[in-house]
Amino acid sequence: MDLDSIYSEIIMEHNRSGHNKKALKEPDITERGHNPSCGDDITLQLKLNDNIIEDASFTGVGCAISQASTSIMIDLVKGKTIEDALDLVNTFLAMIKSDIDNEEELEKLEDAIAFQNISNMPARVKCAVLAWHTLKEALL
Amino acid sequence: MPKLNPHQIKEDFPILQQKINGNRLAYLDNSATTLKPIQVIEAISDYNKKSHGNPHRGAHKLSVLATEEYDLARKKVKEFINAKHSEEIIFTKNTTESLNLIAYSYGMNFINEGDEIVLAISEHHSNILPWQRVAKEKKANLKYMYLNANSRISEKEIKEKITTRTKIISIAQMSNVLGTIHPIEQIIEYGHKMGAIIIVDGAQSVPHMPVDVQDLDVDFFGFSAHKMLGPMGIGILYGKKELLENMPPYLTGGDMIEYVYEQEATFAPIPYKFEAGTQNVEGAVGLRAAIEYLENIGLNNIQKHEEILVEYALDKMLKLPYIDIQGPIDLYMRGGIISFTLEDIHPHDIASILDTYGIAIRAGHHCAQPLMNYLKIPATSRISFYLYNNTEDIDQFIEGIKKVRKWFGYGS
Repeated sequence: MDLDSIYSEIIMEHNRSGHNKKALKEPDITERGHNPSCGDDITLQLKLNDNIIEDASFTGVGCAISQASTSIMIDLVKGKTIEDALDLVNTFLAMIKSDIDNEEELEKLEDAIAFQNISNMPARVKCAVLAWHTLKEALL
Repeated sequence: MPKLNPHQIKEDFPILQQKINGNRLAYLDNSATTLKPIQVIEAISDYNKKSHGNPHRGAHKLSVLATEEYDLARKKVKEFINAKHSEEIIFTKNTTESLNLIAYSYGMNFINEGDEIVLAISEHHSNILPWQRVAKEKKANLKYMYLNANSRISEKEIKEKITTRTKIISIAQMSNVLGTIHPIEQIIEYGHKMGAIIIVDGAQSVPHMPVDVQDLDVDFFGFSAHKMLGPMGIGILYGKKELLENMPPYLTGGDMIEYVYEQEATFAPIPYKFEAGTQNVEGAVGLRAAIEYLENIGLNNIQKHEEILVEYALDKMLKLPYIDIQGPIDLYMRGGIISFTLEDIHPHDIASILDTYGIAIRAGHHCAQPLMNYLKIPATSRISFYLYNNTEDIDQFIEGIKKVRKWFGYGS
């Protein structure tokens, strides 16, 4: 397996940057997500304006994969409607499960496509999907 | 007279002959499970080819052979830990089941409201959760002995936590996270003085050092075959005869009975009282072969060999300023387990990247979340040694750590 396809530049950059890693002042929704087996533990915060995700951030601890995935997801869903965000979550989860053949359908995931190869590292899939499941929980 | 040659031993382990991602395999996850020598693999295979039947049940040859094999394994375990009687050896599924058996069969029946159960903060979840249940159900108090800065339980802590209200003390002989060997001799002696019974989780100790349950005067002792070159799915519970005889059965069903009537039943004597249903005979056969293999090399030699590896590894690791060792950094009373954290790199990333270089380590909370909370860290990486490891494995690991750092954009 090629490590480059997992620990790619975009993932490492998001892991380092931390620009989405902070607490929001007055969040409308706070949702905690946790991988009991490995200890990744994030808290996602959302600020809504009607049904638009106006702002989002996260705090917590975890590996580079979980941290980067959370950060990339936040960049992606900020400014989107709840419906669009949920659609993106479902597309991401389907991509991870290799349920999507049509590459064009994945384009809307933008940088999150970087996680397409995570299934080559089965032990780490749960790290990549944690934030997305947490967002789904928060919005449903 | 070093009798132990890891290069020669490696040849007994077919699984070590393979390449992982094109690299030599450095297997450093022995606290999780150990690999099997060809002698164990063949013993299980021979049993299945020649002697497999349901023990204790049939008059036919195969059933008799299976019974013999099962009894021989029990006798071998008895000798291995120097129990007084063979019937003090009960086969279970693993250490977890051994501990649950004691909690349910002894704890639920002999613990009363206000009694104390004392554990160490470094316990594996398998030695915490059963006691949480007993404590809740019986309104008993669950107390923990904490560790000092060098990951050890002080004599003061022992005397402070164990009181005349303490009825059960349950502690691992060796911490699966820190490698600390706890002073169980003192704990057993003091605990008995206070009127408690003492349970020792030997999962991490028995495979790596000589253990004599009579000498320790321990009341119950549990361990697993798969952490000592044997198969998964078979574990051992040693218990003092008089304690086991007074305990009700844990699981009930076939083979553990004396007479069964419509509304009640009487039970077989120990050990059968605690072995309901068809047992894991091929597991027992593999366990016996594993003990024979270990005895051939000598537990003293294995312990010495691992001490040398720990010294070598600690020396190399302490020279790298970005590595933080979680656990004792001296060699006194510690086994071949080293937990560590790496500045700014999460243990799971370390383990995944090392894996691509053929280095197998464990990362996570190691089923010891209360310890992680106590140490205020979310997770650690852990290397753990066994008789087939050598300094080459450690060198490969150290080089691997430098590569992990590079992946994360740090210099070596």
